[in-house]
Amino acid sequence: MTTNRRFAIRLDLEHGTVDMSHGAGGRAMAQLIAEVFYAHLDNDLLRQGNDQALFTPPPGRLVMSTDGHVISPLFFPGGDIGCLSVHGTINDVAMAGARPLYLAAGFILEEGYPLKDLARIVASMAQAANEAGVPVVTGDTKVVERGKGDGVFITTTGVGVVPAGVTISGDQARPGDAILVSGTLGDHGVAILSRRENLGFDVAIESDTAALHGLVAAMVAAVPDLHCLRDPTRGGLATTLNELAQQSQVGMRIRESAIPVRPEVSAACELLGLDPLYVANEGKLIAICPGARAAELLAVMRAHPLGAGASLIGEVVADPHRFVQMETIFGGSRIVDWLAGEQLPRIC
Amino acid sequence: MKYIDEFRDQHLARGLAAAIAAAARPDRQYRLMEFCGGHTHAIFRYGIADLMPANVRFIHGPGCPVCVLPMARIDHAIALATAHQVTLCTYADLMRVPAGERRSLLKAKAAGADIRMIYSTADALRIAREAPDRQVVFFAIGFETTTPPTAVAARVARAEGLKNFSIFCNHVLTPPALRTILTTAGPDGVQVDGILGPSHVSSVIGSQPYAFVPREFATPVVIAGFEPLDVMQSTLMLIRQLNEGRCEVENQYTRAVTEQGNRKAQALMAQVFAPRETFEWRGLGFLPHSALRLADDYADLDAERRFAVTIGEAREVKGCACPAILRGIKEPTDCKLFGTVCTPDNPMGSCMVSSEGACAAYWSYGRFRQPRA
Repeated sequence: MTTNRRFAIRLDLEHGTVDMSHGAGGRAMAQLIAEVFYAHLDNDLLRQGNDQALFTPPPGRLVMSTDGHVISPLFFPGGDIGCLSVHGTINDVAMAGARPLYLAAGFILEEGYPLKDLARIVASMAQAANEAGVPVVTGDTKVVERGKGDGVFITTTGVGVVPAGVTISGDQARPGDAILVSGTLGDHGVAILSRRENLGFDVAIESDTAALHGLVAAMVAAVPDLHCLRDPTRGGLATTLNELAQQSQVGMRIRESAIPVRPEVSAACELLGLDPLYVANEGKLIAICPGARAAELLAVMRAHPLGAGASLIGEVVADPHRFVQMETIFGGSRIVDWLAGEQLPRIC
Repeated sequence: MKYIDEFRDQHLARGLAAAIAAAARPDRQYRLMEFCGGHTHAIFRYGIADLMPANVRFIHGPGCPVCVLPMARIDHAIALATAHQVTLCTYADLMRVPAGERRSLLKAKAAGADIRMIYSTADALRIAREAPDRQVVFFAIGFETTTPPTAVAARVARAEGLKNFSIFCNHVLTPPALRTILTTAGPDGVQVDGILGPSHVSSVIGSQPYAFVPREFATPVVIAGFEPLDVMQSTLMLIRQLNEGRCEVENQYTRAVTEQGNRKAQALMAQVFAPRETFEWRGLGFLPHSALRLADDYADLDAERRFAVTIGEAREVKGCACPAILRGIKEPTDCKLFGTVCTPDNPMGSCMVSSEGACAAYWSYGRFRQPRA
């Protein structure tokens, strides 16, 4: 088996770099896989050593999701592309109310990328997968010429199983439903921006990147008739609420004063001319549930470490225009529109 | 946020709204032009218009540098980046502004031009230092607020001997634009009872340059900050001037603006820049002495002199009402293109692109979708 293969000279993980042979399918690629990928991500299914992982899924409906990660910079306060690629896909699977089972990972590496940094990224993936209890069971590696990539791109795919009786979908929001968020908004986007070379302001903000399936499991157990779950990543809260309003053919009313934003994030957004409602998150979710269940759901969310800052921010209303409207802190009202164009490129 | 939250306090806002409602006389109109896009956005973002009596109305002014930049200047910048293959450094606001033949800097970048989005002039200087074999051009734009930083960049480039750095200067001046608006006011133009004067611009030039407004046009001015409470307090101050028959330049934004302004910044500007004979403003036409070029002492840093550029005649999209909107004669919703073919995702005119543009404000904050009170 590939994992047990010994190579005469080990990869130089201190000074070595990725070269084209690492993606060519030959011995060099086998060594990279063995000494970097298997070394960290090791598990029974991966160790089958095949081009696919063979497993028997538990009974129930399966969900599947995929997510490409092209973030810049690759390392940022609170995480890196490795753990982000694990959390991102676990969250996409979990937003169906599902229990994530397995992940697959595809790497596109740029020629010349330091092996040391690659190993750091893979170790971070492994740690995130271990903590989440969702192993990476199959993968793929390609190498592109220098200048044709940007260090490392990672695509992850996940499968999960949905508990019986749970029907969570973006088209399920109904007038009278309550809208909740699991915590402060904009942390991820601002953490990334703070490390962009042309900004370099120092804020003590870390990305909120986290796997939310544990929080989702607690929420689904307590309120199985949850209507919608979605993680407000690119485009932030504003864009995600508009997506849900469109999908469910409803309107929404939210209150600016109830939306949690850290003062540091608020200040950084002020400086950069950004609106925190449009800034990306990687460890937050939006939940929509029947109004009568809102208090119970809020309590369950707040009891979980990843939902401690949860807040009830508004209600679903009937609206043929599908508008998301916000009561401003001044008591006026304004529409919260879709994000136009690109606010911050390559945020995840 | 310290020094920010205080100026967004909802209780103070309600108090000011009540004071405005009490002060506004029902027997007259108060048509107030907020000069800057920053004011316009505060008005919409915080729903300030909702808090005003029906006879207090805001008219949006031309104070958005991106909106008043004629299309030919974007064409010129694209030619620098394509024909001369320079590295063009620009603020993000300009990337999506429509140029001639449906082009934009964003599209030129996608087609291979080296166009970089930057946050400050320091970024442009850094890029020039790091690539000594490339010509790096800074796309300088803005009113008097952003002019001093460009002057500093010119001085740094000179001091460091950065031979590959130059400036494509599009800096414009506020008072001539205000004069044009007021000169053409009247039955065929905009009808304005008072002006909410520029905020950040005035921190540089002071409140003194607006003295001609009450003197020559019998129109009161209140220099107004950009926070929502600033805008509301300034509105109240204008209403009181009008009620009392006073007509003067008042300064609400005292925490940043003095009568004389920032002398150091002014000296810097005078050293590096010289007034242009004339300059075209989108919507306002060619205005004499309304813009700056690099002074003769700094001519070697002038991208317009360093690179010969020929561009065709730029044609605005037919039906785009930006020119009338910039003069305050029309509102964005009066434009046939607004919200149909022209949206922030597919802008036809720059007022829909810029974060300070009136059309963008109408669209983003959805005023056009709500029935007017």
